[in-house]
Amino acid sequence: MADGTVMIQGAPGSVANSSFRRFARRRSTIAFLMTLPLILVIGGLVAWPAGYAIYLSMLNRRMTQFIGLTNFEILLESDSFRMVIFQSVFFAVTAVILKALIGFWLAHMLHHLPTKGQRKWRGMLLVPWVIPPALSTLGWWWMFDPSYSSINWLLAIFAVPSVPWLGEPWWARISVIIVNVWYGAPFFMIMYLAALKSVPEQLYEAAAIDGATSSQRLRYVTLPMMRNIISITVLFSLIVTFANYDIVRVLTNGGPRDLTHVFASYAFQVGILAGNIPRGAAVSLFMFPILGVIAFFVLRGINRRNREEA
Amino acid sequence: MAEVSLRKIVKAYEGGVQAVKGIDLEIQDHEFVVLVGPSGCGKSTTLRMIAGLEEITAGEIAIGGTVVNDIPPRDRDIAMVFQNYALYPHMSVYENMAFGLTLRKFPKAEIDKRVKEAARILDITPLLERKPKALSGGQRQRVAMGRAIVRDPKVFLFDEPLSNLDAKLRVQMRTEIKKVHQTVRTTTVYVTHDQVEALTLADRVVVMNHGIIEQVGPPQELYHHPATKFVAGFIGSPAMNFIPAQLEEASGGLNIVIAGGMSLPVPPSRVDRYRGHAGKPVLFGIRPEHLTDDKTTDKHHLEPLSLTPEVIEPMGMETLAHFKLEGTEISARLDPSTPAEVGKPLALLAHMGQMHLIDPATDKVI
Repeated sequence: MADGTVMIQGAPGSVANSSFRRFARRRSTIAFLMTLPLILVIGGLVAWPAGYAIYLSMLNRRMTQFIGLTNFEILLESDSFRMVIFQSVFFAVTAVILKALIGFWLAHMLHHLPTKGQRKWRGMLLVPWVIPPALSTLGWWWMFDPSYSSINWLLAIFAVPSVPWLGEPWWARISVIIVNVWYGAPFFMIMYLAALKSVPEQLYEAAAIDGATSSQRLRYVTLPMMRNIISITVLFSLIVTFANYDIVRVLTNGGPRDLTHVFASYAFQVGILAGNIPRGAAVSLFMFPILGVIAFFVLRGINRRNREEA
Repeated sequence: MAEVSLRKIVKAYEGGVQAVKGIDLEIQDHEFVVLVGPSGCGKSTTLRMIAGLEEITAGEIAIGGTVVNDIPPRDRDIAMVFQNYALYPHMSVYENMAFGLTLRKFPKAEIDKRVKEAARILDITPLLERKPKALSGGQRQRVAMGRAIVRDPKVFLFDEPLSNLDAKLRVQMRTEIKKVHQTVRTTTVYVTHDQVEALTLADRVVVMNHGIIEQVGPPQELYHHPATKFVAGFIGSPAMNFIPAQLEEASGGLNIVIAGGMSLPVPPSRVDRYRGHAGKPVLFGIRPEHLTDDKTTDKHHLEPLSLTPEVIEPMGMETLAHFKLEGTEISARLDPSTPAEVGKPLALLAHMGQMHLIDPATDKVI
């Protein structure tokens, strides 16, 4: 007590000193300091480029004048960009649905294999996801070649006429989706396989005794138990597929007649090849608000289910 | 409701390991039968074969007179309560209980009536809207039982349902299960490794070991008349003392001579039964509660003996004393007021009327 009195009266500086020391020792301060490097990395590599892209999209072509949302307005009025929106949505939604279905089917098949053989198949099925997509797409490009390709050769054996895979707009769209599904389905498979393995066996046994057939077990036990993984995987894949660039770039380069462009390849064409960087930025930012809203609802649903069930 | 018959049931796994080695068991209608034994004895496998969750390698299981070997679980009209409850985490308590009836396309009103009635019996009505995550272990156990009750099946199967509960709750739920059985009277097969649960709940206890049935009988019979050394040692806590001895003829009667020279006379009523083993080595079995200092009883055939305790364990209502007799660990149950001390000889009485003799060659009780 006496010491404290002396300190307060005699040395006001030491009061500030000790309260600073107390502040520095607080757990929240230490926690903040320890997360600071990560905050700086996220700020520098995510927040700043994103903010700068938004700023860029509001400049004129020469980047000398602020023009607000004019770039977005011009884009919406252009037929070719409306085609890009249609193609991007068609591409992403179809590809994600197919990847989810095929991934689920593969995961189920693998899950029911004996453990010993399972690892071998799992490894083989993951290969498409491991190969750099630019390389594997090149392989597909050869296979889609109308004159010398293996696919048309195989079709010819069954007397199916040759398909202009990359030459006709709808076939080109389908080709891009096929390659994206081939590349992305293993990711769904591995996520769903992990989810399937985490469903307790006794729930299936309880359901079997409760009277569920195998399809009812899938509907009432497997799918609800996997709901969180399914939503997070679909959300993640939707974002990545909307942002896909390499497959379109290598396979069709947006053609024929700019009909297979997606946001990323179109942004590259407008921004880099045609030299209109602000409009390119506007193209690449176009899906951001919509995906943001979808992500918000999906993540909120996952949080709510986690609170109630997990 | 129905009787359950197990005829020559065998369960063999890949590699030829036999978990169940040809057991026969007849369970009567309304009966509460407990399968008990150490882990790996085949009791859970047997239950899962009745449920249809394990394939039967050989033999026949009949429920209500129908052989069910090739009938899937959903068509066997059974309900099962699992050790970890196996409640569907994404469904509310009400939905969990109603699930089996919904799948069987019961009318909504009937489902509602049954779920509410079961909830009333189990005292979980206020929990019906909750998800399993928001329930305690005991409440989850009740819901799992509720899910079984609403189905009104021919047979209830319980697979170690109380193992995940703490000691106090276990006693409470044990009483609860017994009450429910007295109310609904459904034929019940219950698996546990806890002999106290087995003895308190069962109409008949089935003691299993190494895939075979050692003995079947009402709890009292297993306690007083065990058929094998395994049953004698498994039923009762602390376990029965087994002391290597020699059976000797002595002036018209028989004496049990324990290594070290201690000799205890066999009660005259048992002499004829044991005479064939005179002159042979035997195992002398006596329960700790029949090796005591309690002098107030007037039971016959009390034989005095003096032993020196190595460990004393006061338990409150009784005191356990542990001795070493010619290399064998034995224990006795003492009155808590007895001034027992480690290292000081203690005068005890052996209730020879409660003794057992085991043939060491066959491990059967003589």
